[in-house]
Amino acid sequence: MSVFERVKPKFWDHVDAASGPFAYLSNFRRMWQLAVLLSVGVAVVPLVTITAIDYQVTQKSIESEIALRTSRLVSNTRRAVSFFLEERRLALDFIVKDNSFESLNDPERLQAILKNLKTSFGGFTDLGVIDPLGYQRNYAGPYKLEGVDYSTQAWYREVLERGVHISDVFSGFRQVPHLIIAVKHETGSGAHFMLRATLDTERFNHLISHPEVAGVADAFLINREGKLQTPSLSQGKVLDPIALPVPSFSANTELIETKDVQGQLHAVGYAYIEDSPFILMIVKNKKELLKPWYKTRLQLMGFLAASITIILVVILGVATYLVNKIYLADQKRLTTLHQVEYSNKMATIGRLAAGVAHEINNPLAVINEKAGLIKDLFTMREEYARDEKLLNTINGVLSSVERCAKITRRLLSFMRNSGVTSERIHLGETIQEVLNFLSKEAEYRSFQISVHVDEDVPKIASDRGRLQEIFLNVINNSFAAMQDGGHLEVTAKRDKNDLVSVTVKDDGCGIPKADLERVFEPFFSTKSGKGGTGLGLSITSGLVQELGGEIRVASEVGKGTIFTVVLPINNEKKGETVP
Amino acid sequence: MKILLVDDEYELVSTLAERLSLRGIQADWAISGEEAMRLAEKNTYDVAVLDVKIPRLGGLELKRRLQSEQAVLKFIFMTGHGSEEDFRSCSAETADGCYLVKPVNIEELIQKMNELVKVSEVSP
Repeated sequence: MSVFERVKPKFWDHVDAASGPFAYLSNFRRMWQLAVLLSVGVAVVPLVTITAIDYQVTQKSIESEIALRTSRLVSNTRRAVSFFLEERRLALDFIVKDNSFESLNDPERLQAILKNLKTSFGGFTDLGVIDPLGYQRNYAGPYKLEGVDYSTQAWYREVLERGVHISDVFSGFRQVPHLIIAVKHETGSGAHFMLRATLDTERFNHLISHPEVAGVADAFLINREGKLQTPSLSQGKVLDPIALPVPSFSANTELIETKDVQGQLHAVGYAYIEDSPFILMIVKNKKELLKPWYKTRLQLMGFLAASITIILVVILGVATYLVNKIYLADQKRLTTLHQVEYSNKMATIGRLAAGVAHEINNPLAVINEKAGLIKDLFTMREEYARDEKLLNTINGVLSSVERCAKITRRLLSFMRNSGVTSERIHLGETIQEVLNFLSKEAEYRSFQISVHVDEDVPKIASDRGRLQEIFLNVINNSFAAMQDGGHLEVTAKRDKNDLVSVTVKDDGCGIPKADLERVFEPFFSTKSGKGGTGLGLSITSGLVQELGGEIRVASEVGKGTIFTVVLPINNEKKGETVP
Repeated sequence: MKILLVDDEYELVSTLAERLSLRGIQADWAISGEEAMRLAEKNTYDVAVLDVKIPRLGGLELKRRLQSEQAVLKFIFMTGHGSEEDFRSCSAETADGCYLVKPVNIEELIQKMNELVKVSEVSP
């Protein structure tokens, strides 16, 4: 048996025996489905909608928050880097303006300036003064670089044209990354000279990898070729090429999303730093960034799933409970309806039978008296008193009258009962009375009927009319199932707990298993089209319940059926006891 | 023992009266309530056997009137109907078992009458 078979409610497989214009009212499965669908619809659809909206809004706000913060970080860092470079350029600018070419050519003076720069700004490694022809005329620093000719170098020409140059980061002789800043000074006579300074990038790196910048983000500088200018957490060492594409030029801070070679999505903020070959990049791992969002999303989905589960459970439970109640009420209604129908039918038959019995009884009484008088007269005269043929004839008339009288009396007593009355009833007698009614049919169809009532079956407190109806219905039912010449056994025995049971066992066609549960349902009939009304067994069941008993059925197709009527010896409902 | 038989069926009462007289019981009969009252005014009876359904008066009403005429009179009802209602109302009016359904066995009727008369002799 599947789980569904076990939990499915009673009404699920209900098929209304009485189809008609209102049969759709009894389609309980559809009623249940409609109730569930509508309830789930009105409860779940708004919930899912509002959750979806909330999902989108939250996602958008988190993403825009990330974008805003990245953008702000990029702008601030860019400003800091620009300022750093500008500051040093201006310092060199001040030196060339404050000192004449001659005084700068004084090695001691240059040494003093380098020393001051180191102590005030820091990061300056060396200083060189370059004459208009491109030769380095004076040099202060760790290397012997006096007299070097720079006139063919690209940066020299740039300084000539633009007046200033900031170089890419490169590894010098000491394999320490550094960069060069060079400025040009026009002297009054139209001549010019240049001051060139080398800076180590330690301070630079420190600026970029500021704690505020680091953490969830990786901030670094690259040059236009995509080579790292400062160390990066994710991209490698200085001068390594980065794994990401070089972003296209923009005058403003830009935000893009890009995938690295591993296919990971990154949020990248970048800015081109003015008057320098540098591009500031701040790379954030999107997955890391979205962690709080994933947590929120998980909570949201969890809430949704829990809500839907609870809603479904409640709706299924309530719908099943209510439809089951309606189903039970409907069954009760049908039963009552059919009992009323049956009672009306019985009352009508009763009135009819009583009327017929009465009409027949009066002429029967006259025949009885007339025949009795004839007999009296004959028995008083000697010549007739010994005429056996005459006496037999008149006795035949009288016994026929007596038979008719018995039939009408039985009919009258059978129909007289209305309303449950209680009297002490001998079950064997009642069963025999019922069988007497059916004796003609039994004889005609050659049924073998045996009745066995155990010695210890006491008289029971019950209603004679009801009992007669019950046994009449059950035995009639058996008769209908039996073949001519079939066997019927009626057994009454004492059960435990002050109960008696009457078993009616036939060897008829039996009841299929599928119908067995339904035989006591109102209007259920397999005799459809053959005159059955479907009233019998449902009414019988109702009558047995009225008497405080119960009726059971067991059957096997082709072997026969056993109906067992269990009745209380003392009908507790009425609180009466048998003395 | 003297009996009064009342039933609207002439053939029934006349024959029954004749059969009773053959058995030595004097029985007068009437086919209506009025006739029965007239007979009761003139004669004294031990037992009255009444049909429950007597036209116009009805068996129960006739019983009341006869009783007011002759206080010691005993009654037996006969009926062809045997409805619950009749059974209850007649049982209330008569001694136990004095409610017979037609057709009546004459020996049974005589036995009932004898019982009633005996009871009245024992306790006047």
